[in-house]
Amino acid sequence: MTPGAGERVRPHVFAVWVEDLPGVLNRVTSLFRRRGFNIESLSVGPARAAGVSRMTIVVRADDTTARRMLVQLSRLVNVLRADDIIDEPAIHHELAMFKISAAPEERSQVIQLAGATGARLVDIAPGSVVIEATASPQKIDGLAEVLRPYGILEQVRTGLVGMARGAASVMTDPDARKPPKRRRPGSDTGGGSHSV
Amino acid sequence: MTKRWRRTGAQLIWETLLGEGVHTVFGYPGGAILPAYDAMLDYPIRHILVRHEQGATHMADGYSRASGEVGVAVATSGPGATNMVTGIATAMLDSSPIVCVTGQVGSALIGTDAFQETDVTGVTLPITKHNYLVTEVDEIAPALHEAFYVARSGRPGPVLVDITKDAQQAFTNRRPRLGKVDLPGYRPEPRPPETALKSAAELINRAERPVILAGHGILISGAMGQVRELAERARIPIAMTLLGIGAIPANHSLNMGMMGMHGESWVNQAIQEADLLLALGMRFDDRVTGSLKTYAPNAAKIHIDIDPAEFHKNVRVDVALAGDLSAVLAHLLPVIEARDRSEWLGTIRGFKGDTAVRDIQNLPDMGKLYAAHVIHDIWRMTGGKAIVTTDVGQHQMWEAQYYRHNEPRSLITSGGLGTMGFALPAAVGAKVARPDDEVWVIAGDGGFQMTMCELATIAQERLKLNVAIINNGYLGMVRQWQEFFYDRRYAGTPILSPDFAALARSFGLGGEVVKTRQEVEGAVERARADERTVVLDFQVEKEDTVYPMVPTGARLQDMIRRPGQEAEGDPESEGEPVGAGRTVEW
Repeated sequence: MTPGAGERVRPHVFAVWVEDLPGVLNRVTSLFRRRGFNIESLSVGPARAAGVSRMTIVVRADDTTARRMLVQLSRLVNVLRADDIIDEPAIHHELAMFKISAAPEERSQVIQLAGATGARLVDIAPGSVVIEATASPQKIDGLAEVLRPYGILEQVRTGLVGMARGAASVMTDPDARKPPKRRRPGSDTGGGSHSV
Repeated sequence: MTKRWRRTGAQLIWETLLGEGVHTVFGYPGGAILPAYDAMLDYPIRHILVRHEQGATHMADGYSRASGEVGVAVATSGPGATNMVTGIATAMLDSSPIVCVTGQVGSALIGTDAFQETDVTGVTLPITKHNYLVTEVDEIAPALHEAFYVARSGRPGPVLVDITKDAQQAFTNRRPRLGKVDLPGYRPEPRPPETALKSAAELINRAERPVILAGHGILISGAMGQVRELAERARIPIAMTLLGIGAIPANHSLNMGMMGMHGESWVNQAIQEADLLLALGMRFDDRVTGSLKTYAPNAAKIHIDIDPAEFHKNVRVDVALAGDLSAVLAHLLPVIEARDRSEWLGTIRGFKGDTAVRDIQNLPDMGKLYAAHVIHDIWRMTGGKAIVTTDVGQHQMWEAQYYRHNEPRSLITSGGLGTMGFALPAAVGAKVARPDDEVWVIAGDGGFQMTMCELATIAQERLKLNVAIINNGYLGMVRQWQEFFYDRRYAGTPILSPDFAALARSFGLGGEVVKTRQEVEGAVERARADERTVVLDFQVEKEDTVYPMVPTGARLQDMIRRPGQEAEGDPESEGEPVGAGRTVEW
């Protein structure tokens, strides 16, 4: 039988450790682009080990295709390790910020709502407030629903980051080469100050 | 006082290449690679000036496939580098280790659309095994060193190193220390678990109707002897992929011949009837499986390959053994039992049926010139010992069917990408790698015209090749598909050619036109005896067809066979190559 035929499509969460070098993000995303897959979310930041970035990539695919993409990812020279953690007992969170146009008379309601859902008020301006939340994508979706009647002017979501639960499943950072070579400004794999 | 060690980046390029064992490069100069070219004159490097950078990559590829060493191509930025794309993709699809060194505009100019600037690492990202953009002089040597390691280790492939002009020009006092390559994420040689080896051995020992599928990986791994030992001890018949040809001698009694779309019908039938397929260094390409739904339905499948990404990609297998074939077989061979399997071998002999009668070799030529006869005659007259390079298409399939290769690395052909224009430059690379071997180009009139400018390279380098153009006035394989599947509407396939013989003479090479079977032997003899490269223009039957054929997506056993005809004489009396014995078991 043709592999993958008739399988259910569902989101897969790839945790990918890569060498923090220029162009690596391009190599990784190129594998998804080649197959015409839309990356639902992608987040990158420094891993625990120096010179290593950790990516979390969410892609909808059937299990066979996801497995195949995982081996293709593992095959990239700069990829240190890749796992699909969708079926692991894991914490899947993302960070979201909503700018709400809440009129002065609605503000207290918005702030109360935010507090009740674990979100935080992080900015108050004359015409708007900014609410920030860190939670599972489903909870963030719920928060957005609740906030919508008050007028969402702008929203930003980081995309999901995932970590398996418990000490038994610690995903040790693979080591980067020592010392990290060919590092230069403009790295597109690292977050923030990590690679600059 | 001793003078302090000091080098330019350009010097480091050549010193690193020499350190990797490179003595010949195929290239074309230009602005962004000029510093490297200037430095080249001071090093013992043979530079072969190509006429188009695609040629340089195919030459590096041909060099690599003939020798097993890494081939090197050099080009400038922009158009020089983009001209390499087809050759790089060809090497990628056929796992051929080449290193391409390209010049890049100065690092300060990158991203400004400078003259001859192209994002070459971006362009080649999906068609290289890995690539590098080098902007610092001290990165040149480590990047090149790594490039060679990546190209030749694991599943080999092309690696491109793009070096900015300022990095080539810059001086450094830091002597590169190139030790073991430190690539923590790169695992070129996986090892299969013991349990998988045990299951594989059990399946092989238990099988009643096993078939070995022999692929390119056997040649790359150098596992020819072990595969032969396995087949002989367990009496397992062998089917070859196109790129596997030569891994097991064509005249070996267990070698059935080529499988797949234009493979022998009995080979495909044996695969379909098998109860075990043992796939060695092959990847179940769509050209060998036919319809996946009906592929070898009753066979358990064992897949041994160095690239785990190949497992279950096209065909779900029962046991997957990741690793270098030679290393895996070293573990497997001691537990493989000797078997007889004469019943199964007899059954396959039965599949052969009337095939020999249908073979064009046994049909009268009726005064016509058939490509199959030409290739058969070349095989006979070269004693089957030549290195043959081909393009893609009808001539390629006829070559695979009628030139019987007994030696590894003697057929060099573009399998995966199917690149027209590959044969001539690949032959240049093969000849440079193995100057004492006889090299034949077998190309169609279409593909030959794509890279025939390299005749000038051949003339300039005084290389001795023999070129057979199978000239039928059509893009033959496309025409054949139009004949079978597009109601004989020959859109865009009739092709006009120059007088190839006169063209060759204009380069100072030899050239001859051959129109009848009677002239073939004399022309081949004269070409071989000539110290120059000779181009033979074989003007063959225009609408000849490659038989048998599995239509795309059909079951492997549903082959279109050559229409039956009355055979002349004894069907087993095929010609023999000079001095070569062949035991016909099939």
